[in-house]
Amino acid sequence: MKQIYSSFHEAVKDIKDHSTIMVGGFGLVGIPENLILALVESNVKHLTVISNNCGVDDWGLGLLLKNKQIDKMIGSYVGENKEFERQVLAGELEVELTPQGTLAEKIRAGGAGIPAFYTPAGVGTPIAEGKEVRTFNGKEYLLQEGLTADFSLVRAFRGDRHGNLVYNKTARNFNPMMAAAGAVTIAEVEELVEPGELEADAIHTPGIYVQGLIEGQQEKRIERYTVRKEA
Amino acid sequence: MAVQKDKAAIREMIARRAEQEIESGYYVNLGIGMPTMVANYIHPEKEVVLQSENGLLGIGRSPYEHEVDPDLINAGKETVTASVGAAYCDSSESFAMIRGEHLDLAILGGMEVAENGDLANWMIPGKMIKGMGGAMDIVHGSKKVVIIMDHVNKHGDPKILKECKLPLTGKGVVDRIITDRAVMDVTDEGLKLVEIAEGWTVDEIKTQTEAELIISDELLKMPSSK
Repeated sequence: MKQIYSSFHEAVKDIKDHSTIMVGGFGLVGIPENLILALVESNVKHLTVISNNCGVDDWGLGLLLKNKQIDKMIGSYVGENKEFERQVLAGELEVELTPQGTLAEKIRAGGAGIPAFYTPAGVGTPIAEGKEVRTFNGKEYLLQEGLTADFSLVRAFRGDRHGNLVYNKTARNFNPMMAAAGAVTIAEVEELVEPGELEADAIHTPGIYVQGLIEGQQEKRIERYTVRKEA
Repeated sequence: MAVQKDKAAIREMIARRAEQEIESGYYVNLGIGMPTMVANYIHPEKEVVLQSENGLLGIGRSPYEHEVDPDLINAGKETVTASVGAAYCDSSESFAMIRGEHLDLAILGGMEVAENGDLANWMIPGKMIKGMGGAMDIVHGSKKVVIIMDHVNKHGDPKILKECKLPLTGKGVVDRIITDRAVMDVTDEGLKLVEIAEGWTVDEIKTQTEAELIISDELLKMPSSK
């Protein structure tokens, strides 16, 4: 049985200054909203954050940024956030941009015990600077290293007391790989259920990767509300 | 000089021409912006599966208001629906599909393309860098990469160059360029002009293209927007 937290404050209390954390989500979809809010409240500083994006100015990781808790950000696209731009230009924030597929694979590799791998993404671009290039079958590849974290904060649709997780639609994104790559993985779930309630064949993240869970309700903010008109 | 069409009409013309690259049975990734518009013109008789790199194989139409699901977006972060028979996956699997060359076609935007197929579409030095997102992976994964963009920039300068000036997204990755004025293929011999839009002459296109152009023996008229 896993640790089931009774408050988000308690769920993040072991995260200390200078920790490296992975945070699931693509844009604002599938982010562990309440765990992020609790981190803002905890006021831990000098974090290295690994996440595809960095939230928006007033939500998600943007809140950690605004509160100057992040020293370094590793992600693939950070264009939705003005405070991010300000901190980078002011030299307050270090940023390491990584192609999205490479980022996903670095995290997958980290969680799977693979220290490094070769990928074609970034060959001949600024990303290749300082990286080993090797040719296989006449094509060039870059050596990229796996990533792990002290803590991974993920968001799932349903989770059981064994830590098994199921995600909903495109809210899955980076969450499963991050669950595996965190030394301690904390899952914020929309619904906490009893073991046996999740179909064993349909589990996305087996419980071995998860150390603690907490149930919470999310706002699920939408970045680009796009609809067609009713006929 | 051709009659200056308004921006929306030009974008539609490019998107409609890009749609012709899609064959029934294809798995296709459409980039953010103008490439996303191509989906609006896919012929109903074509069976096409659109891939979204955030983990959706089978993008459907935009949702009606009552169908909006905040957990269901495309890579441009717009709310979408899933098509019948769609599949969700995580980001590493999504890029495994891409990197593993399982996609038939990617249609992406471009800032600059060089005659050898180099592409620059992610950063301008001196401006805030937003990030490359999935572009650097996608250009290596698809069996065919088509770039759609304006033929010249807003100052009228060529965007199709001998060598890219901007930092690259990918080296030698582009197969075809579709602009508001022409269609060009990257070939072993060099950049080949294969279609030209109504109202433009070959000489005009040559002047507006810094890269050396080989003129196809079977130069075709580019279909106009309507």
